[in-house]
Amino acid sequence: MSTTVASRIQLGQKKRQRELVTPEGLALPLTIASRGARAGAVILDLLIIFFGAFAIFLALALAGFGMLDASTGDELGPAGEFLVVMIIMLFFLARYGYFLFFELGPKGATPGKRALGIRVAARNGGRLTAEAVIARNLMRDIELFVPTFFLLGSGYTEGVMGMAAFVWLMIFLFFPVFNRDNLRAGDLVAGTWVVEAQKVKLEEAMSTAPDRSEEYRFGEAELEVYGEHELQVLEGVLRQDNPEAMREVMLAICRKIGWQPGSGHEREFLEAFYAALRAHLERNMRFGVRKADKYS
Amino acid sequence: MALNLFGHNEINPPAAITAATLRSDRFRLQREVDWQRLEQIVEALEKNRPGRIDDDDLLELPVLYRKAASSLAVARETSLDAATLAYLDSLVRRAWFQVYGPRTGLFAWLRHFLLGGWSASVRDIWLDICIALFVMVAGTAVGWILVANDREWYFSLVSPGMAGGRQPGASAEELAETLKGTEDAEGLTVFAAYLFSNNTGVCILAFALGFCFGVPTLLLLVYNMALLGAMLWLFADAGLGVDFAGWLSVHGTTELFAILLSGAAGMHIGRSMAFPGKQSVLAAAASAGRRAAQVMAGCVIMLVIAGLLEGYARQLVPTTAGRFAIGGAMLFFWITYFAFAPRPRDHVGEARS
Repeated sequence: MSTTVASRIQLGQKKRQRELVTPEGLALPLTIASRGARAGAVILDLLIIFFGAFAIFLALALAGFGMLDASTGDELGPAGEFLVVMIIMLFFLARYGYFLFFELGPKGATPGKRALGIRVAARNGGRLTAEAVIARNLMRDIELFVPTFFLLGSGYTEGVMGMAAFVWLMIFLFFPVFNRDNLRAGDLVAGTWVVEAQKVKLEEAMSTAPDRSEEYRFGEAELEVYGEHELQVLEGVLRQDNPEAMREVMLAICRKIGWQPGSGHEREFLEAFYAALRAHLERNMRFGVRKADKYS
Repeated sequence: MALNLFGHNEINPPAAITAATLRSDRFRLQREVDWQRLEQIVEALEKNRPGRIDDDDLLELPVLYRKAASSLAVARETSLDAATLAYLDSLVRRAWFQVYGPRTGLFAWLRHFLLGGWSASVRDIWLDICIALFVMVAGTAVGWILVANDREWYFSLVSPGMAGGRQPGASAEELAETLKGTEDAEGLTVFAAYLFSNNTGVCILAFALGFCFGVPTLLLLVYNMALLGAMLWLFADAGLGVDFAGWLSVHGTTELFAILLSGAAGMHIGRSMAFPGKQSVLAAAASAGRRAAQVMAGCVIMLVIAGLLEGYARQLVPTTAGRFAIGGAMLFFWITYFAFAPRPRDHVGEARS
């Protein structure tokens, strides 16, 4: 069961791989952000906006202007009037300014996007211009805010608009589901897309561990068993350095290649096997032969 | 080296290169220092602190970027070290985003925009402006004619909440009352802010709907202008046509101009998607979208001004002549600005590259 889920995730990732050719002719690998990540980012941003606005209201209320005094309408003092203007402007900025400000910054991502490791990029490989960011965020209004207000039933339900308008708005909302690059209408108009942009730290090199090719000698046939996928799994196990996991992996490998497993030297054995397997696979690679996994 | 007060990590020299048994690891260890140097530069750029970068590093940025990119290409073909590949992938991508990221901040962009970028893009969509203008005039005429023929139309066009006493059958005095100014400025700021945020919503909607080949934008324009036409008829019928026009022109010249521009911007996108010419539909939509976005950003500014005029000037200037003077001056200003502000020379916000 878990393997099918894992393989499906892998397939999904492969589907989202894109190659972008930069103006100087370099092929740059990109992964399109998944729909889930984008939905998550938007929800996170909305929460930030909501709680930010809430905190500001609270601060204003605590500072002495009662919200109730301010909303009685006719009898506003200058301070109350200023407060209402501030609130209207705050809503305006929250609706249009928040996304704009952050996506124009050097990280090209709102806090929500940053948290999920995604960002906005130009689809043609060129520079992400301010106009593009503005265009994609103006479209956000009709994709996100208008349907939300519509559902909350404020104003837009009156008159000519009705059920048809609702269906219409839902088309915008679900636009990313209907295309390969997960573009929303704003991305389409602005010529942008949202891609993964995780930061990765450089790990230690693997083969600087003491050379054990004298103690453990693996033959050609023993190294033929596994492919690149298994090598990367093994790399992950070694980097995690969990004794139980290493023991299990060692037993599995020994069973496969017909060795008698000892005990107490799991890490040494695995390091030696990893180095030998990688040397073997990389040598074949240089001759143009690649082996994806143990089945191929 | 700049002072390292904030403790960002030093580059660690790699372990002895010869200690590595694998050829691909030796490849990596030889180049690791350059990669980490690039990473530090990128890190500083991402945090928006380019001041932290040494001059030497900055000069070498393009070289380091290309080195890392070529390392990635080689590593993909020769190395099976998943961690190194993932690191290089991410490093090259981050560097690329910095090299090709948005180069102007919000304020630099705004300056460029006001000093010509805006009017240039308005001139670029002149055809759509003509179409939108035609549609708006037609919409007003339709509203007028419909109500003139059958008064019942007035009630289906103008919702009771919006009419607020301004309806067929009301006496001329009652109608004149709605056009009066107020004595003092109290409460007007709120009114102005509300009007601004409301009108901007309508404009952005007009723009965003252009995406569907412009048809909904046209409908929105026709509907809103028919409403205006109906009211115009109502006041003209009571012999207050000129007063109403004056009342409207204070902010209307700016506000209707903004609605015209946003409708035109929406149309521009719709039209270039319907008739993309030699480009693909996606490319046409993208280039039109960027041009239209610039027009739209300007509409927001126009609506701020319109909101202030509507909130203050209209209520504080009671005479029709004074109102016409203000409205006419604004219209003259906008047309002059859009027609004659020179296209900026530098290419900070190039939309047509």
